[in-house]
Amino acid sequence: MEQEEKEFNPKIVAFLCNWCTYTGADLAGVSRLKSSPCVRIIRVMCSGRVDPSFVIKAFKQGADGVFIGGCHIGDCHYSEGNYKTLRRVEFMKIFLEEFGIDPRRLRLEWISASEGDKYAATTLDFEKQIRELGPIQLVEV
Amino acid sequence: MKPKLALYWASSCGGCEIAVVDTELKILDIAGFFDIVFWPCLMDFKYKDVEAMEDGEITLCLFNGAIRTSENEYMAKLLRAKSKVLVAFGSCASEGCIPALANFYDKQSILDFVYKDSQSLEENSRGVYPETKTHMPEGEIEIPELWNTVRTLDQVVDVDYYVPGCPPQSFQIVKVVEAVIDILKNGKPLPPKGTILGAGDKTCCDECPRERKEKKIKKFYRPQEIIPDPNECLLDQGLMCMGPATRSGCDALCVKANIGCRGCYGPPVNVMDQGTKMVSALSSVIDSTDQKEVREIIKTIADPLGTFYRFSMGASLMRRVQPKKVEKE
Repeated sequence: MEQEEKEFNPKIVAFLCNWCTYTGADLAGVSRLKSSPCVRIIRVMCSGRVDPSFVIKAFKQGADGVFIGGCHIGDCHYSEGNYKTLRRVEFMKIFLEEFGIDPRRLRLEWISASEGDKYAATTLDFEKQIRELGPIQLVEV
Repeated sequence: MKPKLALYWASSCGGCEIAVVDTELKILDIAGFFDIVFWPCLMDFKYKDVEAMEDGEITLCLFNGAIRTSENEYMAKLLRAKSKVLVAFGSCASEGCIPALANFYDKQSILDFVYKDSQSLEENSRGVYPETKTHMPEGEIEIPELWNTVRTLDQVVDVDYYVPGCPPQSFQIVKVVEAVIDILKNGKPLPPKGTILGAGDKTCCDECPRERKEKKIKKFYRPQEIIPDPNECLLDQGLMCMGPATRSGCDALCVKANIGCRGCYGPPVNVMDQGTKMVSALSSVIDSTDQKEVREIIKTIADPLGTFYRFSMGASLMRRVQPKKVEKE
């Protein structure tokens, strides 16, 4: 058991919106800020593109955490996309809890293109949280 | 030699059998064209009659019911071997339907409730659990094993086609049977494997006659809380309707009767998970941009997980609820 914990490297799938969070992540990279190496980024044009089934699919395929990054409320590049993301994540928190997956494994953050430091800090914090929660270990049906 | 037809019911309610018989006079055409060789509900053939058949001897098998016992699994595999074409008939076989709601629990907690904790048990039989093997003076009695997870037919055997619905509407069954007879009589090619028959390729909303406006939902109502306007979209009025996340084909029966669609025709085209698709649809029309208010609006939906996955839990992405983990110290 202890050895497994030493070797546990969380797999975090991050859906980042093209205009804000993805660009923020890019800024973090260019500024050589330390962000979590556990994050695997999937760029979407808007956080509203993230279908709730993507979240479940990610967990089923071995993700220990799912991160959704979008523009700040009121600043969505497509006006209203992130409102839908907000509502979807509220539903998904309830669904994950009922499915038996800790809802803290799903995180939604509004990070703008200029907030490279916030991106870096958030990913490191999320990695720490996932390490505390441990590997997801879904029971295969 | 007439082509052979078999119908079987696994974990089901019998509604699909009734739907076939509800084709009324068409049943005479079916019985006239096919040689019905196995239909436990209505005919007296036995399992050993099927076991004695050659592989592929049955031309068409309409298999309804989900797979939750060892008997269901055995018959699924047997009928797959003996049938040329195996159809997952009805919602249970296609997506799990109501039996798959057992996937919100597990075998032990279900047995505990039914045989130990239920209030309606006779006191002297409380705690008496069924055994798969029981020794009697006359010999040994066996009953099937209950599996922990309810599965769809295609999770157990290779399925050729699907006819969704709980039950598939009789007029659709007529269309499917007529198409099959046409193929067999006139040598037409079979549709591609995996085709969903007896249903449309749009959503239930497409068949709904109600007037739809821009949706702005501030609250969801239970069906008994308001009297719906007969002409306006039910979802517009705050009544739960699975129409946007349900395949068309039933002619919007339920909404025409003033009750929201339940989702029994399964997910629409190219949608793998009906429940999350409904989440997506509702998230687009809930009228709030404030996190707390959104949470309160969602709370007005009674049992969202059970409502959105009522028919499709078996075929959903998660397929079952995770067992409760023992808390780490």
